[in-house]
Amino acid sequence: MSVHASWYLTLAALLFTIGAVGLLVRRNVLVMFMCVELMLNAANLTFVTFARALDDIGGQVAVFFVLVVAAAEVVVGLGIIVAIFRRKVGATADDAHMLKG
Amino acid sequence: MGGATVVAAATVPDALTFAIAAVICVGGAFGVVLMRSPVHAALSLVATLFGIAVLFVEEDAQFLAAVQVIVYTGAIVVLFLFVIMLLGVDRKERVLADVFKGQRVVALVLGLMVLAEVVLLGRSRWTTGAHSATGSLEGSGSNVAKLGRALFTAYLVPFEVTSALLIVAVVGAVVLARRPDHRPVEPIEEVEVPLVPGPDDDPFGAVGTDEDAGGSTAPDETASTVPEHASSEPEHEPAEVPST
Repeated sequence: MSVHASWYLTLAALLFTIGAVGLLVRRNVLVMFMCVELMLNAANLTFVTFARALDDIGGQVAVFFVLVVAAAEVVVGLGIIVAIFRRKVGATADDAHMLKG
Repeated sequence: MGGATVVAAATVPDALTFAIAAVICVGGAFGVVLMRSPVHAALSLVATLFGIAVLFVEEDAQFLAAVQVIVYTGAIVVLFLFVIMLLGVDRKERVLADVFKGQRVVALVLGLMVLAEVVLLGRSRWTTGAHSATGSLEGSGSNVAKLGRALFTAYLVPFEVTSALLIVAVVGAVVLARRPDHRPVEPIEEVEVPLVPGPDDDPFGAVGTDEDAGGSTAPDETASTVPEHASSEPEHEPAEVPST
């Protein structure tokens, strides 16, 4: 028998929290993006855990879709970051205040 | 995390695998948040993603484990590293510096609140425990076959919507990465650089003070060495007095 699902859920909650705190604390836009990836992975771990606990393939299908959305999000986000950096503003989120329009 | 209660409920290899992978995951996550250089943060993210892939294998999600390694660590993190290297933004950040007063404390408190909320919600029974009709995880057949069958029957419409999402993302990335104006890429200006540095080349002129810049760019100084530069100082004195 494998490890009980509550341990996986606790680990996923911990990873989600670390990602959320990192998103609030860090100012480098790229690192903030990595923290978002961390939170997405914590959610994926929760999906897979519930798929096993409830004996349902739907959880794994949801992880599949989350992966696709994460890939699309990273592509567009990094495109935005490249477009911002081309204007030579700086590496932190505080430097991107011209986004207010 | 592999306490005695885990070992009691699970076999020792499973518990050991979970413990090691969990330690790698949490350590990598802390690395992402705490590393000063973005490159190191990206490599810590790789550690976390690998640990999660191990946990996927442990939870009978073999296909997702492979996709996790290929897509996340093979594509997404490499994309991060490409952007870091391309833009040259691997500037180190003082993680412990507070820009806004008390930002870190507030972030930590908010994070602990999120953790408490997630744990509280997880303890209450939100799931009914009923098995779904889309497909069972147990039973005969490989994980890939079951996942594919569910994906192309019950989840066919979301799967097709996913393709539209990817198209939009690709077009958006192309539009964003395009140069803002339609001019062709200008060639780099050819600057004539003398092979032997002449006597009037002041390598420190650009970073010098105003007095140095005013002295070295004067037109009457053609071959100035340092003593001559010092001797020609008085004739610039009326111009320099207002700047000081």
